[in-house]
Amino acid sequence: MIGPDGRLSPGNVGRLSRAPWWLLALGLAGAVFAWRAATSEVYSEILSRILSGLWVTLTVTAVAFPLAVALGLATALGLVSPHPVRRNIATLYVQVARGVPVLVQIFIVAFVLVPLGVQGIHWIGGEAVAGLRDSDVPMGARVVAALVCAYGAFEAETVRGGLTSLARGQAEAARALGLTQRQALRHVLLPQAFRRILPMLGNDLISLLKDSSLVSVLGVRDITQEARLYASANFRYTESLAMLTFFYLALTLLLALGVKGLEQRYRRHAA
Amino acid sequence: MDGADGREVVIEARGIVKRFGAVTAVGGISLEIRAGRVTAILGPSGSGKSTLLRCLNFLEVPDAGEVVFRGQVVRARDRELDALRSRVGMVFQQFNLFPHLRVLENVALGPRVILGKSADEARALARGLLARVGLSDKADAHPSQLSGGQQQRAAIARALAMEPAVLLFDEPTSSLDPELTGEVLDVMRALARDGMTMAVVTHEVAFARAVAHEVLFMDAGQVVERGPPEKVIDAPSGERAIRFFSRPATP
Repeated sequence: MIGPDGRLSPGNVGRLSRAPWWLLALGLAGAVFAWRAATSEVYSEILSRILSGLWVTLTVTAVAFPLAVALGLATALGLVSPHPVRRNIATLYVQVARGVPVLVQIFIVAFVLVPLGVQGIHWIGGEAVAGLRDSDVPMGARVVAALVCAYGAFEAETVRGGLTSLARGQAEAARALGLTQRQALRHVLLPQAFRRILPMLGNDLISLLKDSSLVSVLGVRDITQEARLYASANFRYTESLAMLTFFYLALTLLLALGVKGLEQRYRRHAA
Repeated sequence: MDGADGREVVIEARGIVKRFGAVTAVGGISLEIRAGRVTAILGPSGSGKSTLLRCLNFLEVPDAGEVVFRGQVVRARDRELDALRSRVGMVFQQFNLFPHLRVLENVALGPRVILGKSADEARALARGLLARVGLSDKADAHPSQLSGGQQQRAAIARALAMEPAVLLFDEPTSSLDPELTGEVLDVMRALARDGMTMAVVTHEVAFARAVAHEVLFMDAGQVVERGPPEKVIDAPSGERAIRFFSRPATP
């Protein structure tokens, strides 16, 4: 709760109570897993299976997130635009993409939009592209497209929130100086908005990393799919899911620490 | 177009009207700001002084009337406004420095991005201007590390960096304590001495009396007195101005 000094988190407390005990607890759990992996055959096998899926989890996240932020940025500029057509298109996209479950969006992209797109390419390209088939579009790419579509809507709201949180005087000073709309965004407004929304972007990145597990519904072998396959083939659900959980936690915690580091770098002058 | 005293009219307002809902903030005001002259706009709070000033660079788009810059009527289109604003500097009550940029970069941004100067050129220019406002030692600081007076002086340097034809000051000292007010007014006095064309909305009557060539006294969206300071401030004719200027002098 709020302390007597009006701070949300304890301001002036001893070193011991400020220490990140939760991190220590997780570290201990990690050590137990490492020890089990080194000594137990089952665990070391699960470990190697999950490691083989790690690349997929990391690439899906690393490709989808920047694209989602880019889409979100473009959409956010539409949301704050005085131009009614742009604003309505952006709002329509946000409401639709935010209102449909990510899993459903994955199915729609994978089984409706991709076949439609391939048909369209055939229709336009004729003989030259007759060899193109649905199966030429990898499932991984379909998932990435769906995640970008779903998360673009969240990033749009995040960026919009950042922009509207800036004092009006900033935009006024930028325009009064003679900066064009684009220059004002590029040099004055977006850099400040970005610093403010960093914690939210971090949240969304972590959330996207977790949702990358949805690729498994299309049979793409990420860490979730690998753990599930191993578990059902060997009836080792407890061990597999424990190891899988540990991996997600390790990844999300690393990301959280990274975001926190960035935040601290920018905090001093964020004003 | 030349004014009566042979000085070029840099910026001119013709019959400016600005309404906010049912309230008429500026009720049809004309004014001329001549090269090398300081025009002070005084008046009680809510009399429309700031709105009038903000109409000159279209931060408020007038509902009626024209703004004429160096003989050209300015139309409220993006490209024309950007061009106008790059020639008309503005200094705000809240300074509005860019908090994510160091002081030097705040000043260098306009010349670099708008005037297309190289980064080195823009920085050299900015250093010169910071020296002029007495902030050479703060070039690498962030705005949040500066006092209010220092921030406002940096904001003046930022406006000067565009080599404006006229500088608009919107209550530049109203959020400063008396000590800091002094250092900002000193910089403005030096600018006036160097022949800078300025329009200043202010509550600093003593400053207006000492520095301004022309004073406009506004009340309820109208200019009710205008003329040299010794007339408007020391011997006003209207009841409202007499009451306003007879209050105890501010330091």
